[in-house]
Amino acid sequence: MKARFSLVSLVLLLALFFAGVAQAVKPDEVLQDPALEARARALSEGLRCMVCQNQSIDESDADLARDLRVLVRQRLVAGDTDQQVMDYIVSRYGEFVLLKPRFSLRTALLWGTPVLLLLAGGLFIVLNARSRRPASGSTLSAEEQAALDKMLSE
Amino acid sequence: MVETGHFALVLAFALSLVQMLVPLVGARTGNQRLMAVGGPVTVTGFALTALSFAALASAYAGSDFSVASVWENSHSLQPMIYKITGTWGNHEGSMLLWVLILTFFGALVAVFGNNLPSTLKANVLAVQGMIGAAFFLFILATSNPFVRLNPAPIEGRDLNPILQDLGLAIHPPMLYLGYVGFSICFSFSVAALIEGRIDASWARWVRPWTLVAWMFLTGGIAMGSYWAYYELGWGGFWFWDPVENASFMPWLAGTALLHSAIVMEKRSALKIWTLLLAILTFSLSLLGTFLVRSGVLTSVHAFATDPARGVFILCILTLFIGGSLALFALRASRLTAGGLFHPISREGALVLNNLFLTTATATVLVGTLYPLALEALTGGKISVGAPFFDLTFGPLMLPLLAIVPFGPLLAWKRGDVIAASQRLMAAFAVAIAAMLVTGLFIDGASVFAALGVGLAVWLVVGALTDLAVKSGFGSVAPAIMLRRFAGLPRSVFGTALAHLGLGLTLLGIVGTLCFGTEKILSMHPGETVDLSGHTLRFEGLSPRKGPNFTEDRGRFLLMGADGNADGAITSAKRFYPVRQTVTTESGIRTIGLSQLYLSLGDENNDGSVVVRLWWKPLVTLIWGGGLVMMAGAAMSLLDRRLRVGAPAKRRKPAAALATPT
Repeated sequence: MKARFSLVSLVLLLALFFAGVAQAVKPDEVLQDPALEARARALSEGLRCMVCQNQSIDESDADLARDLRVLVRQRLVAGDTDQQVMDYIVSRYGEFVLLKPRFSLRTALLWGTPVLLLLAGGLFIVLNARSRRPASGSTLSAEEQAALDKMLSE
Repeated sequence: MVETGHFALVLAFALSLVQMLVPLVGARTGNQRLMAVGGPVTVTGFALTALSFAALASAYAGSDFSVASVWENSHSLQPMIYKITGTWGNHEGSMLLWVLILTFFGALVAVFGNNLPSTLKANVLAVQGMIGAAFFLFILATSNPFVRLNPAPIEGRDLNPILQDLGLAIHPPMLYLGYVGFSICFSFSVAALIEGRIDASWARWVRPWTLVAWMFLTGGIAMGSYWAYYELGWGGFWFWDPVENASFMPWLAGTALLHSAIVMEKRSALKIWTLLLAILTFSLSLLGTFLVRSGVLTSVHAFATDPARGVFILCILTLFIGGSLALFALRASRLTAGGLFHPISREGALVLNNLFLTTATATVLVGTLYPLALEALTGGKISVGAPFFDLTFGPLMLPLLAIVPFGPLLAWKRGDVIAASQRLMAAFAVAIAAMLVTGLFIDGASVFAALGVGLAVWLVVGALTDLAVKSGFGSVAPAIMLRRFAGLPRSVFGTALAHLGLGLTLLGIVGTLCFGTEKILSMHPGETVDLSGHTLRFEGLSPRKGPNFTEDRGRFLLMGADGNADGAITSAKRFYPVRQTVTTESGIRTIGLSQLYLSLGDENNDGSVVVRLWWKPLVTLIWGGGLVMMAGAAMSLLDRRLRVGAPAKRRKPAAALATPT
């Protein structure tokens, strides 16, 4: 099974790199209940196809992606919540399968970058504007200075 | 001919060594004759590179399979257009295109840069020479396109079928014109750091280059997006694929550069920041080249994977990024900071623009490289895909897009937000109305969809408001208004068009993502399917033979309301025997601004065929908006003030002075 799997994945990898064949979801996979199907599609978009590069199982044509899609739908039909389905898939395939990594110590920097940079940049701009103000030689009255500080702090 | 090309390439490498050393020494010692060497050497280097490229292209056009690169990437039965575009549809050829564009831009500086201070020009050409030398060496040492095969094979191995498309003729050259265009901004920045000063001619030169590079990069990305959309056959227009991110990061940084360069040119403020951004933008272009060429991130785009090349480019990357940043750290403090401004002013708005764009760039960068870094450092494997970028990049764009219409309406130095808001009242009202109409009257519209439509309309009407206000709408007689409108500087039109294009792109994205519909089904010939009010009848499959492929064509008739056929859509499964690959040729029918997108799947045992069908409302606006942005950049370039040469000649006596307007 293992050997066959790696051979299959190699072939699929090649097929995916060199061909634009992408049919993804097949008609026979689609669930009868449109609400359930919509949830399945939404979940699929967040799950990585393990044998392809950077494709979700919703877009991928690979057999493994198809298996995962079917699995997601089976769990949904069985009555799982979205969270339960994701937990189940992660417990079987690891966090690698999530296209949106969960927040943890090792992804802290990833998630933190936008927030930290925005704050640091904003702070830098404000401080820079403040420190340069007196050097400009402009004479502000106390009122103007107060109004300015208010504006800056907003 | 092939050997001539090879020889010319080696000669071009040798000249690039002269180009990087002699003018630099000349500028250092103040020797005019040494500095003057730079120009002719640069132009000759470009001529030789062009000759080399022409030699390779003619080998491709003539299917000379004794050349290894041609043998691997071409076939005698290919249509001529793909034989020629195949020249850069592979690693070796595309790197040659890269240096061709690099030397072309260098030659432009050499020819039209007579109004530059001679030391600045010499230093700029020297830095261009350094970049050129590194890449010439890279090509000659690891990716030589002129390697011969003996004995020569009789037939070639065909070009990757995905690349056998008109997109290849447009996308890579445009993308490279963008990537490499930023090298000029980089060279100007490094030259300024070497000299330790920035003068007025610096800003006046860097801004148009940024515009040119940005314009082509915008076009290249838009074209690449449309190409992926119709060629890959699953109807997506942006995948947050690492290779896409590689081109998107320089675009984001370049957009920030474009805006900070305006402040620098008009108000001689933000000098140091602009210089740093110019360095970072080109560094991201180099990083993009590295990511794509090294195969570090294997993705659908990767068609060259070779560790030797990767290590080589990594060295180039370290040398140029590390070197320029070290130089920046050493010298930046010598540069004088420029003019002061109130936080509420056009400068202030542009600073805010830079803050958000830089953060967005960093977010994309970290998201793209994080899995690699984590795996290298801890061995842990995670994936960072579209949902991550949607969740981080999206919220960063919202405030940025919301403040876009304010920027052009604020005055320099000290602006008045209240006055600007009053002028934007109409745009605001229209945007709110659009939001309400979307939310209340369109079935299935989410809050997000309404918000998106509102924001897009806000951008479009805001851009038009800027033009209206500047031509005196409402305060002067219509005749005077018209005259003022016609007399507005081109750069004002450029700004308005670019912002309008952004709004259109956003509208297209929101329309497609929020109101698009999809159907997946098996169809027998003669069956019909309905999707969002359009009826399609499947006519059946028919085999067809192309020059170097065979295909099964599915024909669908679009049924009009009266029951008669209203045009046909065909989609095909193509088989390329040489490479043993199958591709899907999607069928697209444009209706107004929207498209019906159809893609053929496998045949079932019962004779039916799997069909995927999408209705993509307003989808053409995504790329149409990109074209409008390009038009905006072109319009700005036509501004008399920016025409390099012309204005400088008129103002020669004042060339050393900043000219605040």
